[in-house]
Amino acid sequence: MDVLTVKSIVESVPDPEIPVLTLGDLGVIRGVHERDDGFEIHVTPTYSGCPATRVINEMISEALLSAHIEKFTIKKVLSPVWSTQWISESGKAKLEEYGIAPPNPGAKGPKSCPQCKSTRVSEISAFGSTPCQALWRCQECLEPFNYFKCL
Amino acid sequence: MSDPRIHLALRMGDNSLILAQQNSKWCGHAPTLEEDIALANVSLDLMGHAQMWLGFAAEIECEGRNADTLAFFRDTEEFRNSLLVERPNVDFATTLMRQYLFDVWHLEQLLLLSQSSDTLVAEISQKALVEVRYHRERSQSLVIRLGDGTIDSHNRMQEALNALWSYFGSFFEDSKDDELLFDLQTSPMPSSLYPSVLEQLNQDCVLSTLKTPESEFWQKGAVQGHHTENLGYILAEMQYLQRTYPNSKW
Repeated sequence: MDVLTVKSIVESVPDPEIPVLTLGDLGVIRGVHERDDGFEIHVTPTYSGCPATRVINEMISEALLSAHIEKFTIKKVLSPVWSTQWISESGKAKLEEYGIAPPNPGAKGPKSCPQCKSTRVSEISAFGSTPCQALWRCQECLEPFNYFKCL
Repeated sequence: MSDPRIHLALRMGDNSLILAQQNSKWCGHAPTLEEDIALANVSLDLMGHAQMWLGFAAEIECEGRNADTLAFFRDTEEFRNSLLVERPNVDFATTLMRQYLFDVWHLEQLLLLSQSSDTLVAEISQKALVEVRYHRERSQSLVIRLGDGTIDSHNRMQEALNALWSYFGSFFEDSKDDELLFDLQTSPMPSSLYPSVLEQLNQDCVLSTLKTPESEFWQKGAVQGHHTENLGYILAEMQYLQRTYPNSKW
């Protein structure tokens, strides 16, 4: 088993809270290295207090074990700091399709409603169902939706 | 002599831990659902920061402790949080004003610590910084809305600011460890942050129509572990389970 294969296994693990995204899309896998005692997976947390961080590590272990890779360690790295800019373009498209407005850098809120694409949107709550989301509403189709906060 | 970075890590970690514990008491009780979610989410972020700082303190201390043992098995005089964060919740006005004052100091402190000569201090600060920026935007906009709101909301926000003011100075108290850390370019002198923090408060006051108290009589002693009575009650509740059933696991 080589580093690239291990990397692709790890990167294809789904995010526990937003399963349409993989860890690769999310940009939290910071490297896979081969050491004398096995593979070393570098993972960076999204939000500091996010309960999903622990679950992510458990899911990585599970994915590797089911691919018969038994010798590995998961190392937490902080730098460079994760921000929503680490989410891949395909990841942003998947979010939109799933009904979550993707992060919109440089603006106070989402570009448009993920359902009807109207740009007439307003904030309901600065915080939402998970640490990474805020709650917004479309003025056109009146549907509330989640917005992936821009960090 | 112990590593002065422990002092810094405890100061940062304890501030976040105690405020997270205090804010989380609002869960299910806040005046509106949005604020309930916001307070719980801010607490979650702060808890994450506390875990990083206390974990860092335990690591350099090398006494076999970890973030959990530091949180649950220290007594009041070993805590290094400011007196502001241990003030009681009282009501939403006091809780929000406490959060706002903390956020203004916290953001300024993290901006400076992000440039620290110590790699880990800089990394933890950069991580926390992006989240704290969001906290400050929220508390600032709410303080402005309520300050410049109805007569009742204005008066209550002003009363909260007056009541908390003398405890706010606790963030700017220097110690011997701070001098050592300053010489190593690890962290700024706490007192050096006051002018820019005050300037930011006064700028926001123009919009909120609130008035920053003129008094500079500060309650002091937190850097030596002299706390107000309320910290004892906070710790009693927070530490109860681990003190009664040591090392019990979830």
